[in-house]
Amino acid sequence: MTSLVPTENLRAGRRSNRRPALRGYLLLLPPMAWLVIAYLGSMAVLLISAFWSVDSFTGQVVHVTTTGNFGAVFHDSLFRTVTLRTVGVALGVTVIDAVLAVPLALFMAKVAGPTMRIALMVAVTTPLWASYLVKAYAWRGLLAPNGPLDWITGGHSIGYGLPATVITLSYLWLPYMILPVYAAFTRVPHSMWEASADLGATSATTLRRIAAPLAFPGIAAGSIFTFSLSLGDYIAVQIVGGKTQLLGNVIYGQLVTANDQPLAAALSFVPLVVVLVYLFALRATGSLEQESR
Amino acid sequence: MRLSAGFRRFAGAWTVLVLVFLYVPLLFVVLNSFNSSRTFAFPPTGLTLNWWQAAAHNSGAWHALGATAIVGVCAAALALVLGTCAAFALQRYPVWGKQPISLLITMPITLPGIVTGIAMNTTFHSVLGWNLSLLTVIIAHTTFCVVVVFNNVQARLRRTGTNLQEASADLGASGFQTFRWVTFPQLRGALLAGGLLAFALSFDEIVVTEFTAGSTRTLPLWIFDNLFRPNQAPVINVVAAVLTVVAVVPVWIAQRYGDDEA
Repeated sequence: MTSLVPTENLRAGRRSNRRPALRGYLLLLPPMAWLVIAYLGSMAVLLISAFWSVDSFTGQVVHVTTTGNFGAVFHDSLFRTVTLRTVGVALGVTVIDAVLAVPLALFMAKVAGPTMRIALMVAVTTPLWASYLVKAYAWRGLLAPNGPLDWITGGHSIGYGLPATVITLSYLWLPYMILPVYAAFTRVPHSMWEASADLGATSATTLRRIAAPLAFPGIAAGSIFTFSLSLGDYIAVQIVGGKTQLLGNVIYGQLVTANDQPLAAALSFVPLVVVLVYLFALRATGSLEQESR
Repeated sequence: MRLSAGFRRFAGAWTVLVLVFLYVPLLFVVLNSFNSSRTFAFPPTGLTLNWWQAAAHNSGAWHALGATAIVGVCAAALALVLGTCAAFALQRYPVWGKQPISLLITMPITLPGIVTGIAMNTTFHSVLGWNLSLLTVIIAHTTFCVVVVFNNVQARLRRTGTNLQEASADLGASGFQTFRWVTFPQLRGALLAGGLLAFALSFDEIVVTEFTAGSTRTLPLWIFDNLFRPNQAPVINVVAAVLTVVAVVPVWIAQRYGDDEA
């Protein structure tokens, strides 16, 4: 049989398939080098620097190993209060966003027609592209004395403080919750919902037995953003939080105002550990595997 | 689906309410930029274009915009290279450790920004003794931008499969020819979407930026500096309004050129 393609070309073309693992590792080299050096390296420095101390006379960081910073993080009641408050805010924001997102995502995925669905998709995504600062600033304006909310409520706006922080953070991260919940709902064929109705289930039963388990992996995926971003935020808190302090503000204060880098480093392990515990807890529910499929 | 009419009405009304919640603050920002009152009392007593004129001549804002654009373009370009390499390696080659590698790529965006910020600040400033500058901001931003390119390219590679690449090789194309004429066109939408997302992520970032910028001002840092200064409020309002309106552009591009999956 005569080949239509010269054999040497065929071999040249196939050469790319030889020793595929090696080529894979060569491709991995630049991104891994970057992430290991710039990211993991920095994280290692952060961990090591948490064991340094500050000379009380000169205010300079001295490389003398001490566990005192972690001791302070554990034993200082202020840090404990702020940590609990921050975790509370992060969980509150996550719950609010889930409550706001689920009916909307269900409407987008199962009630709206194709055109309406695209329109809603655009409507939900656009605020995601608007600037973080602008959105937080918008709430500062809305809640301001003599601002619109004051005007509407006749001078009874909630003003700046913890509730304002929760509202603003919920507002900021809401699209991050809507999109994965919507994706979770669309991933399941219509027939499954139809089957539920065919088998005699009421709307309430379908929602409870079909929609809720489907929504959960989406909520879990979205909550990674709502929870983690809330936990580390200190900007929105400064803009609308009044006197409220969250973990981010305390860490920032230690680094910038108190000029105590080692204590700031030790403190920043609190949100880090909380997020990791949260991720492991989600992983244990199995919802993350489903989501990444 | 046969959800009851009552539930459909409830979900529809809920959707409208959430959309109002999403858009009222943005509309308020735009309206406020025309408010003639310096303190922005509500409702506005009059409308004016004065603040827009003042903002157009504000050199601080323009400089900050320039710095933000440089950082965004550089970080997005680096992230495009690094993220695409990683996506190819994990999706097309039998490399070891795919799970931990994906985890490492995702970590910078999953863990709180303030942690990354302090870690990089300590590394660049205290350990390496570098001056914080645009360069350190670019390094920091690239690190958390890789993941969005990686996700977009990986999703596209998973969907397109390798049939066309194999056909191209069988027809005698070299590795480069296959990439140029087959693989790259398949990826174009994903690269555009990934690059755009990376740029937007960088453009808007403030926490990591604050810790790695030194005296350099990106636009978010400049806005934040001036946010609490009463006599700068009118200019901040205009910049905020511009950023709100400009946010429509990437959505429009994504709708036009991106794919539905992104």
